[in-house]
Amino acid sequence: MSERTSTSNEQRYRRRTDGEATEPPGETTAATEREPPTDAEAAETTSTEPTDSTGDDEPADTAVGARPTGAQATVAALEAAGVEHVFGVQGGAIMPVYDALYDADPYHVTMAHEQGAAHAADAYGQVTGRPGVCMATSGPGATNLVTGIADANMDSDPMVALTGQVPTEFVGNDAFQETDTVGVTRPITKTNFFAGEADTVGATVGEALAIAASGRPGPTLVDLPKDVTTGETTRRPQPADEPVTEDPPAADEESVARAARALAEADRPLILSGGGVTKGDASAELRAFATEFGIPVTTTMPGIGTFPEDEDLSLSWAGMHGTGYANMAISHTDCLLAVGTRFDDRLTGGIETFAPDAEVVHVDIDPAEISKNVHADYPLVGDAGTVLDQLDAALPDAFETAGRSPDDYEEWRQSCTDWKAEYPLTYATPDDEPLKPQFVVEATDELTPDDTLVTTGVGQHQMWAAQFWTYTEPRTYISSHGLGTMGYGLPAAIGAKVAAPDRDVVCFDGDGSFLMTLQELAVAVRENLDITVVVLNNEAIGMVRQWQDAFFEGRRMASEYPWVPDFASLAEAFGAKGFTLSEYDDTADTLRAAIEYDGPSVVDAHVDPAENVYPMVPSGGDNCQFALSEDQL
Amino acid sequence: MSQQGSPERPNTAPRATGQHPEQRDRPAGRRSSQGIRIDPQAEATHEPRRTTISALVRHEPGVLAEVSGLVSRRQFNIESLTVGSTTNPETARITLVIDEPEPGVRQVERQLAKLRPVISVGELDDDEVRRELVVLKVHGDRPGDVRAVTEMYDGTTLDAGPRTITVEITGDEQTIDDAIDAFAQFGIRELARTGHTALARGATWTTPDEQERYEKQRGSEGAQ
Ligand SMILES: Cc1ncc(C[n+]2csc(CCOP(=O)(O)OP(=O)(O)O)c2C)c(N)n1
Repeated sequence: MSERTSTSNEQRYRRRTDGEATEPPGETTAATEREPPTDAEAAETTSTEPTDSTGDDEPADTAVGARPTGAQATVAALEAAGVEHVFGVQGGAIMPVYDALYDADPYHVTMAHEQGAAHAADAYGQVTGRPGVCMATSGPGATNLVTGIADANMDSDPMVALTGQVPTEFVGNDAFQETDTVGVTRPITKTNFFAGEADTVGATVGEALAIAASGRPGPTLVDLPKDVTTGETTRRPQPADEPVTEDPPAADEESVARAARALAEADRPLILSGGGVTKGDASAELRAFATEFGIPVTTTMPGIGTFPEDEDLSLSWAGMHGTGYANMAISHTDCLLAVGTRFDDRLTGGIETFAPDAEVVHVDIDPAEISKNVHADYPLVGDAGTVLDQLDAALPDAFETAGRSPDDYEEWRQSCTDWKAEYPLTYATPDDEPLKPQFVVEATDELTPDDTLVTTGVGQHQMWAAQFWTYTEPRTYISSHGLGTMGYGLPAAIGAKVAAPDRDVVCFDGDGSFLMTLQELAVAVRENLDITVVVLNNEAIGMVRQWQDAFFEGRRMASEYPWVPDFASLAEAFGAKGFTLSEYDDTADTLRAAIEYDGPSVVDAHVDPAENVYPMVPSGGDNCQFALSEDQL
Repeated sequence: MSQQGSPERPNTAPRATGQHPEQRDRPAGRRSSQGIRIDPQAEATHEPRRTTISALVRHEPGVLAEVSGLVSRRQFNIESLTVGSTTNPETARITLVIDEPEPGVRQVERQLAKLRPVISVGELDDDEVRRELVVLKVHGDRPGDVRAVTEMYDGTTLDAGPRTITVEITGDEQTIDDAIDAFAQFGIRELARTGHTALARGATWTTPDEQERYEKQRGSEGAQ
């Protein structure tokens, strides 16, 4: 990737239209730079005029000497904010912006589908903490982004979507490829903008980038009517206003002191580390705080990796399919220090039985999260790391006043340790086949470095990837948490690899999830991205099948997929490397070969279709009453 | 991950260890459906209450859609929502009357405050000045009686003809309700109510940032 990033879009596309011969994708080109599309494709894109009923589809005049356009101001704003990569798909209304990208810095990754662009940008944002940028044309391009934008919104991932729009004078007339994109995305963006003028569009894009990353991050969108992007501006495209860098907000000192007193007086304190600790880069502060005072830590799914799962104090993650010991601790704590979490129902189960004995100290940068789902006895509004440092400073005094010390937590720590022994994460391994999906996850973990990025689809495989991989670093479990979007895994792997070209990227996918976005393999091949997709293929949308068995008397309506394609040969057809795995004894070798392959590879792992995800707190249930098998539900 | 190397196939392990869910220790406490810990000594009940929230917003397209979309998707219970301009052409005031239990009132305020066009949000206290206006059109066959009722409610006749009489009444909600009841005897053909609009009483500012904005605006006007 580092090589690729140094190639400007202009170089890539100019060579391509010149018709320079290209090598076919394959192993031989793995180390060299590969030319993206074939000549045939190039010919097609240059000869076919996209239809555009507005009659305003002339390419923007960007000749030297011409006045800068709104599109150039848009791209200048991206450059000014240091945007290095953009994911998108071309189309009529967004063409002027693409044209302005032609000789600009950001490297554009052409995706197969706009949903893929949005997920790739989302994952890019999750990995880097900087907004991932995606682009699409008006109408269907914009609506195809919607799932990915909603996903980013639920997970507070920094992202900016730029959408083309029909020219302003056509807006509201049901013009060709017109959708009220601002209206459609209003409830699923942090904020969105309809760019009204060429003179201000650059500033608007700059603002959208700044808002996406500030405070509690989230997706923003700028809808770009074609007359605005082609329109001349007398103003030179100004670099976007530098967002005012303020010190991360601290919580009110008196409230901190009160919260510290509550912690010092508690017998059974527990830290719940959420996605806000990931977003706020507060993992170091969390580790220091928990270790100094010996407070056990559990995480939410978006908080995975904020506290190393191999530490004694770690209880891994809590919630519906979280560990039994984390859920026991949630139920029994008398003081819950919840940092950067919105108390999602998959975490809390029934609210009536959630940490019912606990005083809640809730740290969040978004005041609207305070007492939204769970009442906060001690609300601390501020940045996660800053507030943890404040608590760290306040706690010694609080202990002294209370005449207590962290040693008083010892009995509680012992209970947590006992629960770990009593309810370990485990699975039965039969003497012969079938292969267990959990084993495939563990084996992949062992074969890859600590900082490997794991992406997932949604379903059972997502839970196994969270349960049986030991996460020690934040921003390594890249998933669709809040929206639960099947198909997230592969495009997310692409975004993650583009964001971190030097790190290993593994996507655990389900057969159902993979079938939703696998066309993005074409992109991974074209961009020569060294990612490994491990399909935990149970020939079913397994999570649904599991629920049908448990709650619908085993009536497996529309959940079994006995017709799944042969993913290994499908991968080969895309130009990726395909592997099939079905035996225990081949697991390590097959996975190693796939991981070592320099380019995209797909392992079709035929796993036990009967395997289920446990522990499980049924919807609305009591955390400590997690079931360990179907008959306990 | 642990160390790199060959993954060992795990030993056959029984899956369900530990206690059956029913047998596990469970805490005695509970929370209410609002996530508030129930103190058995003084069980706190959080009944919905009616209150007025005022928001100073940027006067720009989409702001009403943004506010009403928020209210509907978060299922806030609202009685009325009105928008109107202010002395500053760049701002408008949105007045919401809501019926929510305590945590819900705070949620409405905080979620509103997150919307980009919203400048400042405040809840009005009990002695706010709050008014509503109704325009109603009754049959015109008893003009004298209609006039009497209109005067009783300090109303204004906006239009009178042989077939219909249209009047305007302004007042608090109770007054409007009573007036409508009183006019019902004439047969109300059509009616339009504006919903509530309100300001804080006396020298109190309606939303937190208003004083500062007011002084800034006055300062800049004075400079011209
Ligand atoms: C886009 C989308 N459609 C439907 C669902 C509902 N759903 C949740 S999990 C699941 C099963 C996923 O199947 P698969 O990807 O094969 O994973 P498995 O559970 O078998 O590991 C389904 C259908 C969803 N989460 N997302």
